[in-house]
Amino acid sequence: MASASSFSATKFTQPLPLNGATSRSHDKHQSFFDPLRTTPSSSSFLGSTRKLRLSSASKLKLLANPNRRSAVVAVSDVVKEKKAKSTTNLLITKEEGLVVYEDMILGRAFEDMCAQMYYRGKMFGFVHLYNGQEAVSTGFIKLLKREDSVVSTYRDHVHALSKGVPARAVMSELFGKTTGCCRGQGGSMHMFSKEHNLIGGFAFIGEGIPVATGAAFSSKYRREVLKEVDCDHVTLAFFGDGTCNNGQFFECLNMAALWKLPIVFVVENNLWAIGMSHMRATSDPEIWKKGPAFGMPGVHVDGMDVLKVREVAKEAIGRARRGEGPTLVECETYRFRGHSLADPDELRDPAEKAHYAARDPITALKKYMIENSLASEAELKAIEKKIDEVVEDAVEFADESPHPSRSQLLENVFADPKGFGIGPDGRYRCEDPKFTEGTAHV
Amino acid sequence: MFGIIMQKAFGQRIRPAVSAWRGYSSAAKEMTVRDALNSALDEEMSADPKVFLMGEEVGEYQGAYKISKGLLDKYGPERVLDTPITEAGFTGIGVGAAYHGLKPVIEFMTFNFSMQAIDHIINSAAKSNYMSAGQMSVPIVFRGPNGAAAGVGAQHSHCYASWYASCPGLKVLAPYSSEDARGLLKAAIRDPDPVVFLENELLYGETFPVSAEVLDSSFCVPIGKAKIEREGKDVTITAFSKMVGYALKAAEILAKEGISAEVINLRSIRPLDRDTINASVRKTNRLVTVEEGFPQHGVGAEICASVVEESFGYLDAPVERIAGADVPMPYAANLERLAVPQVEDIVRAAKRACYRSVPMAAAA
Repeated sequence: MASASSFSATKFTQPLPLNGATSRSHDKHQSFFDPLRTTPSSSSFLGSTRKLRLSSASKLKLLANPNRRSAVVAVSDVVKEKKAKSTTNLLITKEEGLVVYEDMILGRAFEDMCAQMYYRGKMFGFVHLYNGQEAVSTGFIKLLKREDSVVSTYRDHVHALSKGVPARAVMSELFGKTTGCCRGQGGSMHMFSKEHNLIGGFAFIGEGIPVATGAAFSSKYRREVLKEVDCDHVTLAFFGDGTCNNGQFFECLNMAALWKLPIVFVVENNLWAIGMSHMRATSDPEIWKKGPAFGMPGVHVDGMDVLKVREVAKEAIGRARRGEGPTLVECETYRFRGHSLADPDELRDPAEKAHYAARDPITALKKYMIENSLASEAELKAIEKKIDEVVEDAVEFADESPHPSRSQLLENVFADPKGFGIGPDGRYRCEDPKFTEGTAHV
Repeated sequence: MFGIIMQKAFGQRIRPAVSAWRGYSSAAKEMTVRDALNSALDEEMSADPKVFLMGEEVGEYQGAYKISKGLLDKYGPERVLDTPITEAGFTGIGVGAAYHGLKPVIEFMTFNFSMQAIDHIINSAAKSNYMSAGQMSVPIVFRGPNGAAAGVGAQHSHCYASWYASCPGLKVLAPYSSEDARGLLKAAIRDPDPVVFLENELLYGETFPVSAEVLDSSFCVPIGKAKIEREGKDVTITAFSKMVGYALKAAEILAKEGISAEVINLRSIRPLDRDTINASVRKTNRLVTVEEGFPQHGVGAEICASVVEESFGYLDAPVERIAGADVPMPYAANLERLAVPQVEDIVRAAKRACYRSVPMAAAA
């Protein structure tokens, strides 16, 4: 595209070499593939992936279908590798480790409580739980600033928690109470918090990706058009493997790369779109490869290993923040529960479930921290206890909170307080000289 | 695309109504609807750097219908964005940008293509303020030509007014004249909520007189307010967009036969100005609704319901509802003409409402 007509990309600095940032990023499981660079890095990544995928797949005896190359890198590999290195080269500090552990425990405990509350009739409709995928939410979102945006899917409770929305507000929302983060008007699949820049909660496949791309567009627009020079806000778009077969995914990879938008596309590939196996749905199951096809780095990471996810996330978020454009990250993960609480979950092989259950990301992090003397068993226990209390408190708070009042039904349809272009003084809003400045408040 | 060429021939149909109306005005200045839209966009972009235009062919091509002519040169490629042909993608991008306080104007080359993106118009834009309990307002405008074009077949000739107007959270505007186009587009861009702005390809080249007030950069038309284009006492005719011209033409003919028709230009389909409609019906006691869209669950149906609910006792005749034929738009020129309301249809319906004898329809 002619540079004169494109949304000017020239104001960005040249991308830094993706593999040169830290010594750890040479780790073969985390290498980026950048189509603009020479090919050796890509071929080594392909080779290592294929080998690892095949070896773990054969362990799983999942080779009945030759296209089925599903398994991810075993978590133990990384732990062993890291153990071999000196303790000064640990992937995480004690403080960071405790924060990450607490966030993952919160996600897990919160979702377990949701299941209980759902079966007790305290929440209703579709409730999609995140169990098993915590390493992705925590690994990415805990690296963000408050001004950075997160766009999620219907499986959004834990993204909200990681972004800092209080457990009380999320639980209350699920209970349909007026103290919820959307006063009970959003529900399980539509979590919003402007304060935390959690901008949805999108219940349709692919719907959140353009919105996230638009959020990233607004960062660039603020910097380049509105001259807010320090606006380096990054947007993370979370979605699943099923979405990667949807047109909006491709449309937005294209435009994000074309306009070099500060966004990271985070694929939470949990291998199943409800009951549709990823291997049965996608011609080429290696989703990360679609990044290079659109001129952006694609990276494949073990989504059951929060430390690996963090490493990749750091690099991708940094890249976006520096104005070097988008990244596609495929996190291979697994959901420990059905698609939603209404899903009987009969299609997934028990052996497959057992395989991933053994790779629980929380257990793995705990092991890493204890083996590397980053935390004692007692410290971690204390965190678990604290989180149990947080979740209990959230339930109590939600339970005691009032239901929305009858009058709330008709509120918030429009930002415009009376909805009909009429201002608080009873005059038409457009007659107000301040109209262009956006004077609406609810 | 062909519409640009076609409209010259097709536009003849409504020109008499316009020139007749022009006779009443002594305004010195005239302006095409195209220039009205272009100047409104220009002024709002100039007034507020958060406003940007995005869509297919809006930049280097200067707009498929030249509505955005000159804007790329003036505001640069950062604010006049040529997108790939990806309606779902760029519409959603607009919505996401609006979440963060920008004011996107999303152009659909025609509203027929908004079907590719209706998920974002309804689910991402219209519902977000409610779902987020007022945290996420979406100040965005979706605009482009809507309704029956000429000779382009079923998929490119379709009025979406009643579709979008049935969705809470959206404001739906349909300008007729240059005054409407300028005033409503400026109001839409300034509005803090998502607005669907339904233009008409066949009106773009039409010229209307404009007052000095209309040309002022602060000019704005209130959303939710209809305009009485012509006062009358015997029958009320409601119309929007191109059909306002037809209704005015019909009113001319009716006047010669001694029937005084009041023509209401709805301007805003949602919110609908029920007050103005009902006040008029209470005066004339008769109602004819006109629209190009499909009859079932249409704008006319809604107006009829409103009048039955609020002014039933004032009605002296059954409500006459004129709409497009209940078929996908045919291609053949003679069938196409039959499928959309014509001036004669309005005249005939108004006479029926006034209990004048009507010869059996021979137009077909």
